[in-house]
Amino acid sequence: MAFLEVKNYRKKFGDNEVLKGISFSLEKGEVLAIIGSSGGGKTTLLRCLNFLEIPDEGTLTLGGETLFDAAEGKAATARIREKRLHFGLVFQQFNLFPQYTVFKNITLAQTLLAKAEFTQKKKDFAAILKAAPKSERKKLGAEQKEVLAEIRANQKKRIEERAESLLARVGLSEKKNAYPYELSGGQQQRVAIARALALSPDILCFDEPTSALDPELTGEVLKVIKGLKSSDSTMIVVTHEMEFAKNVADHVIFISDGVIEEEGTPEEVFENPKSEKTKAFLQKSRDLLGEDDSFAEVSK
Amino acid sequence: MSLFIEVSLDLLKGFGVTCEIFFATLVCSLPLGLVLAFGSMSRFKPLRYVVKVFVWVIRGTPLMLQVIVMYFGPALLFGWGFLERILAVIIAFVINYSCYFSEIYRGGIESISKGQYEAGQVLGMTKTQIFFKVVLLQVIKRIIPPMSNEIITLVKDTSLARVIIVEEILKVAYDYAAEGLIWPLFYTAVYYLIFVGVLTLLFGFIEKKLNYFRV
Repeated sequence: MAFLEVKNYRKKFGDNEVLKGISFSLEKGEVLAIIGSSGGGKTTLLRCLNFLEIPDEGTLTLGGETLFDAAEGKAATARIREKRLHFGLVFQQFNLFPQYTVFKNITLAQTLLAKAEFTQKKKDFAAILKAAPKSERKKLGAEQKEVLAEIRANQKKRIEERAESLLARVGLSEKKNAYPYELSGGQQQRVAIARALALSPDILCFDEPTSALDPELTGEVLKVIKGLKSSDSTMIVVTHEMEFAKNVADHVIFISDGVIEEEGTPEEVFENPKSEKTKAFLQKSRDLLGEDDSFAEVSK
Repeated sequence: MSLFIEVSLDLLKGFGVTCEIFFATLVCSLPLGLVLAFGSMSRFKPLRYVVKVFVWVIRGTPLMLQVIVMYFGPALLFGWGFLERILAVIIAFVINYSCYFSEIYRGGIESISKGQYEAGQVLGMTKTQIFFKVVLLQVIKRIIPPMSNEIITLVKDTSLARVIIVEEILKVAYDYAAEGLIWPLFYTAVYYLIFVGVLTLLFGFIEKKLNYFRV
């Protein structure tokens, strides 16, 4: 069984059926590129994986665990917040939090999770203390206090070290204390990538990560994404950058009108497409993008 | 000179009542406005409509009339006793200003892009965390200018309390005018101007404080 298995995902918005039964699987450490023309359902599929949209039909299993089964009805969306943590998402529009520094953007979610964990521990300790015989309470209470202080310090250290290393990885260590508006689009997107990685998702998704960027800035972002590949993270990238998909992906899916029209290795899809639709799409994107494909220079 | 001091002190007493109405209204209607704002954005349709109609009625009728209704209404309609005058004024003001504030809040909250919420969601935050840690400060930054406008209007609206004989500053000055002494009436402007001046500085300060980021 593959690491990620999506079976028969369907999604309707009103009468408009955007996903018409999408099934695919992905192995751990693989990079999947999803290509296709606008309105074909790529972004909806990605949003369904992150549970920003709830599919009408279908199942999703990750590492053998069924995370979503539409047949369960309402129960399928229970504990959705924890399920989301299996997936990270980098948005087309970055969506950084403008009031926080780069560093805080990266640490915020982790800090909140750590705080919840800490509060739980505190509650557990209080229960233990209550159950203890009176004579021992004072000593036990003091011990607990020490342990809690240590937990808190460790949490903080762990979160901050992780943020530092992620910032270094996306090459923005010196922008640690900058606010999002002080950064270029490319830098903002790199911060967004670090922010998504901070929670160590099993699968990191990118929704057209370079579409909102000026052409000269796309290269730096694609380079960072490519750099992540070597460190065995599993990724799903919705992209218009065909060169990038060709160079980085292990597997390519071409979606058209809500169905998978063609899939395979990059060689299969890009060099020997079987479907007429794929051929037409690739020809069109070659005509449009062929000249200034920004990834071409990165991959050299 | 002694008359000037006497009038000044008398007006100051009236100004105290003005401040009482102002601060009581502000303290109650700021949170209540937020509750109404959530009501008007509720996914539960009946609640949404009830709130919207309520806001329409309150914004659609004069505040002076609302003060009168709040004071005389209970007695005339149900035969209950009269509220204390200043209490009637404060209740009417709180209701009125909550409605105006709720619309400002709603505008502010709805102006935050969906992406901010979604970014919070995919990072595993709860709805409450998203509102308080991500959205709220951005909303505050956006609504400071319209809010300061509304709050400055409130300072001057307090003068409506005199319709039910609450001794706020303008009422005190009117009483002098009725006795033939007209200048205290114009003198009240100094009190209002100083008060509004302080508020203007305060809002300017808050705006500047929030200038470290852009939304």
